[in-house]
Amino acid sequence: MRYNERELLSLARQPAEKAAEILMRVPKKGSVLKKRLVKLVVNFLFYFRTDEAEPIGALLLEHCRITKEEENVFSISFIEEPERKYCFECDSEQQCQEWIEALKRASYEFMRRSLIFYRNEIQKMTGKDPLEQYGISEEARFQLGTRKQ
Amino acid sequence: MKLNERSVAHYATCDSPADHAGFLRKRVERHHHHAHHTTSYQRRWFVLKGNLLFYFEERESREPMGLVVLEGCTVELCEAAEEFAFAIRFDDAGAKAYVLVANGQAAMEAWVKALSRASFDYMRLVVRELEKQLEEACKSLAACRKSPRRSSSGRKRHLSNPALLPVQEKPAVLENGYCTWGSSGVPGGTSCPDRDGGYSKPPPLPPRRRSAAGSAAGSPMPSLSLALQESPVSPETACFSKLHNWYGQEIAVLRREWLERQQRGNL
Repeated sequence: MRYNERELLSLARQPAEKAAEILMRVPKKGSVLKKRLVKLVVNFLFYFRTDEAEPIGALLLEHCRITKEEENVFSISFIEEPERKYCFECDSEQQCQEWIEALKRASYEFMRRSLIFYRNEIQKMTGKDPLEQYGISEEARFQLGTRKQ
Repeated sequence: MKLNERSVAHYATCDSPADHAGFLRKRVERHHHHAHHTTSYQRRWFVLKGNLLFYFEERESREPMGLVVLEGCTVELCEAAEEFAFAIRFDDAGAKAYVLVANGQAAMEAWVKALSRASFDYMRLVVRELEKQLEEACKSLAACRKSPRRSSSGRKRHLSNPALLPVQEKPAVLENGYCTWGSSGVPGGTSCPDRDGGYSKPPPLPPRRRSAAGSAAGSPMPSLSLALQESPVSPETACFSKLHNWYGQEIAVLRREWLERQQRGNL
């Protein structure tokens, strides 16, 4: 599948929502924990060798599951391959929890659901559709009820 | 750079609804000798999901041919030889633009609109704005339902433990903060105007979670976060993520059960 790698690399250089050096293991046979600079930008998680400017890889965070594993450890897996886990070992339990929370909210789909939720609540409370003033109330991506996930 | 392509392709083709889809002709430049190049257009099936634009060789193709990550792009109408053309461009000087051609004025406008609002940043902005609006709506509702007693004495009345005196700057929200959701334990008994008919049943309560777990900025006080856990919905973002998790857990259980039924069915 072709993709605009150039733009993805540029995205990796943007200010991150969250970044830290964390031990990471990819779901490949024989792979071990390695120290990586892990950087969350929009709905992508980039990971770099600690001294390099260009990421080794990127994970799109849609339809993924973030799981707390043992102490200080969480994993990312994807819905179609739940056993293939990217593991991350943090310095502390607190750091682990913070990353779990951040990653759970990092998907576009999560934001979409938040938006639909807030829109609905505001509409119920005030009787007004808050998106109307922006002229986006008809956009497909903001619609209630038609989405199944 | 590696990308989790299999998962990305799965996201493209799974049945989560697309934000926009349709045929577009995609400009292809071929360069030959002497700076001579030919331009042609190839019809592809395009699917927009979030900030990702996928294109398929055919509508029925099982896998995407390509992906355009849209973050940071601009979308503009295009003075091309073709009518109804528009371009997706990136800031980067050397980046090539994607020139796409729709099959009519309406289609072109719909695509341009959808694509220019496709970024994660834009979505985030709108969400934050709505979050703020919801908080304000809740506050003003609480304010007009407030009994004559002022916030400080009211607070002490309800919260016996002095450690629970809220630190945040919005006591009114705290005191009556769960008014519209009819949370028990707030003797003020405030309620949302359409309490009965207005909102759908809250989701089933989740299994008890460790109270140490993530209430991010919201509520440092242990029994308060317990109250948050009890009340299924709340104007605070921290609670929405809980709501999201609960749905997620429910879905995980349902999926497991479904898979098990499938397996049994296949024996």
